[in-house]
Amino acid sequence: MDVLTLSRLQFAITSMFHFIFVPLTLGLSILTAFMETRYVITGDTTYLKMTKFWGKLFLINFALGVVTGITMEFQFGMNWAEYSRYVGDIFGAPLAIEATVAFFLESVFIGLWIFGWNKVSKKVHAVSIWLVALATNLSALWILLANGWMQHPVGYVLRNNRAEMVDFMALITNPDGLLKFAHQLTSGYTVASFFVMGVSAWHLLRKNETDFFIRSFRIAATFGLVSTIAVGIFGDMSAVEVAKVQPTKFAAMESVWESKHGVGMNLLLLPDPPNECNSVEGVCVPNAVSILAFHDPNALIKGLKEFPPELRPPVLPTFISFRLMAGLGTYFILASLAAVILSRWGKIENQKLLLTLLLYSLPLPYLANFLGWVVAEVGRQPWIVYGVLKTSDAVSKSISLSQVIGSLVGFTLLYGFLGVVDIYLLAKFARKGPDNDLTTMLKPRGQEA
Amino acid sequence: MGLQITWFILWGVLWAVYFMLDGFVMGAGILHNLIGKSDGDKRVMINTIGPIWEGNEVWLVTAGGVTFAAFPTTYALMFSYLYSALFLLLCALIVRGVSYEFRSKEESTTWRKGWDTAIMLGNFLPALLFGVAFGNIFEGLPMDAAGYHGSLLSLLNPYGLLTGLLFVALFVVHGALYLTVKSTGDLSKRSQATADKLWPGLLLVAVAFLVYTNFATKLYDNYLAHPLLMIVPALAVVSLLAIRILSAKGNPLAAFTASSLTILLVVGTAITGLFPNLIPSSIDPSSSLTLYNSSSSPYTLQIMLLVVAVFIPIIIGYKIWVYRIFRAPVREEEVLADKQAY
Repeated sequence: MDVLTLSRLQFAITSMFHFIFVPLTLGLSILTAFMETRYVITGDTTYLKMTKFWGKLFLINFALGVVTGITMEFQFGMNWAEYSRYVGDIFGAPLAIEATVAFFLESVFIGLWIFGWNKVSKKVHAVSIWLVALATNLSALWILLANGWMQHPVGYVLRNNRAEMVDFMALITNPDGLLKFAHQLTSGYTVASFFVMGVSAWHLLRKNETDFFIRSFRIAATFGLVSTIAVGIFGDMSAVEVAKVQPTKFAAMESVWESKHGVGMNLLLLPDPPNECNSVEGVCVPNAVSILAFHDPNALIKGLKEFPPELRPPVLPTFISFRLMAGLGTYFILASLAAVILSRWGKIENQKLLLTLLLYSLPLPYLANFLGWVVAEVGRQPWIVYGVLKTSDAVSKSISLSQVIGSLVGFTLLYGFLGVVDIYLLAKFARKGPDNDLTTMLKPRGQEA
Repeated sequence: MGLQITWFILWGVLWAVYFMLDGFVMGAGILHNLIGKSDGDKRVMINTIGPIWEGNEVWLVTAGGVTFAAFPTTYALMFSYLYSALFLLLCALIVRGVSYEFRSKEESTTWRKGWDTAIMLGNFLPALLFGVAFGNIFEGLPMDAAGYHGSLLSLLNPYGLLTGLLFVALFVVHGALYLTVKSTGDLSKRSQATADKLWPGLLLVAVAFLVYTNFATKLYDNYLAHPLLMIVPALAVVSLLAIRILSAKGNPLAAFTASSLTILLVVGTAITGLFPNLIPSSIDPSSSLTLYNSSSSPYTLQIMLLVVAVFIPIIIGYKIWVYRIFRAPVREEEVLADKQAY
């Protein structure tokens, strides 16, 4: 193990850990804001209880997402100094803008929302959670524009021994960044929908607070159906973009070795990278890969053999992650469709099978998020900036093996411990169910005792 | 030229504002177990911090982001050279943040005592580490064309440690005054007494720092060349003295304002002394990172200046608005009655 490998491992561990919390934040902030808005408009206190209950889970999740985010920003300089020096002129901008435009808004108004229940009017309070939701989503936009630039670098020239920004508009209209943003946002909404449906299912199976959880379930199911369909649409558009600008990644996603027109999709497939072929191929859907890539049944797909081996990404993890992710995405659409139908027109509290299925499906959208990022990041290798800078040239020169081992072990232990505590608290408050004592919720505070 | 100097000033201002705002959070955290006697005291203290700590920490994220965008070479070298110190800093800041959120979510005394210790360490360690890191930057890092020749241990030199001590001393007085203003009754009185008791120590460390700086760094060169600049450190000393005078007059809010100004001016003094370096080299002046040789292209600096010019005033606007909403002191009864409170 060298500094490069361990630095990659550390970035993978810390970003994936950070990413346990981010997708739920993206979606649950919107659901909580929606519930509070319904309360303000209708005055129905069930919506107030919903806001408090789901809001509490949102906050326990949110805290760890925020604090682990700082590691992400610092690590570029710590472990990837050559990268930071080489591309900082263009890559630093979206990160700095994210902090200025989005992160301030989010962190100031989350404080107002948590502690301001009786300090500001109902409307201002509801507006503050909408601002938090807006800000978390804006954060994602800038981070994904930064990542989009790594996938498809635009708006720069190589000058003064580095990549310098020459076209800011190109950076912020980069289709790779914008499509990733849309795909990620709706994936986050999917995580939140399945989280709310899963927790609600747990209570409905026990006949706890049935009215409260049926209504929560319905909101999440509708939000989930729209989101899961959108994930698929934006995912498809992203795949077209990948086929266009990152041919090596696309070939690895589909495990295509030979260049060919009208490539079909084998439902059964096992790549054999050492022999540069697939050891198993079967149940072929004709022309499907060509259609997926260019929306054209006869399109030419460049195979991996077209590229020298040192410029190909690891095929197995890219291929398997993509397949699994796409499969899960399809399942999510079907599951939320069933959830919408049975919660609108049937007695969802009696649908034991679907409820059990949704309860155990709670972690699956998280898994799909991880797999998507494996496709994006592993599939981009050996490049850190596609076609511009190799990952192996990006790592810091001044750090030693013992330093990276120390930080890797330290982060893993600390994150592991905090993750366990956080999940324990989430489970504890999720099981407890809503607080029905509205008197303490509505008592004014900040006045003379 | 003008752009780079503007960004250098902004870089200094961002760090100064960050230390002023997070300084009282760190100070209050360091004093958490010292001033907080009962569980009620501690919850009041956490709830004075609760609504605003995240917004304050974002100034650090912004300072980091701006260093990346405006001075990428400085960002790359500073962060990789100070790797181990930054790793410890990150762990401490992570622990601190979750401690506030987690502490009161369980009734058990062991649980709460554990997070109380975490709050103390999670605030003490960053205060010390920031001081040590900046002390070393003032001295210059041992770097040349071949790279960096220091280590975590070499950072812990006498001047680095003294700067660390200065940061801790500034922050605890600042934090104690914040708690004085934001709490009531006995807790408020104890906080003010603590600030008064710690102040002579701060004065002592500050004098030692000013003297030692003359021997350990080149920060005073700019002041000798342009004596008019002396007004910055002079004002820093005045506001440091004002802290004690205003506190003795029974006006803790004014004393807190003075400690805020002291932090801004101390950082201002150091950054003025550094100019035009962001990080001087202690072994090879030609390897120093300056605002000229480590900045982004003019185009990037212009775009970023536009963003900052539009958004920083908006941010300051809504931050002041939210601070005003939470201006009343926190009382124990309301914390106990509020299930959403920390």
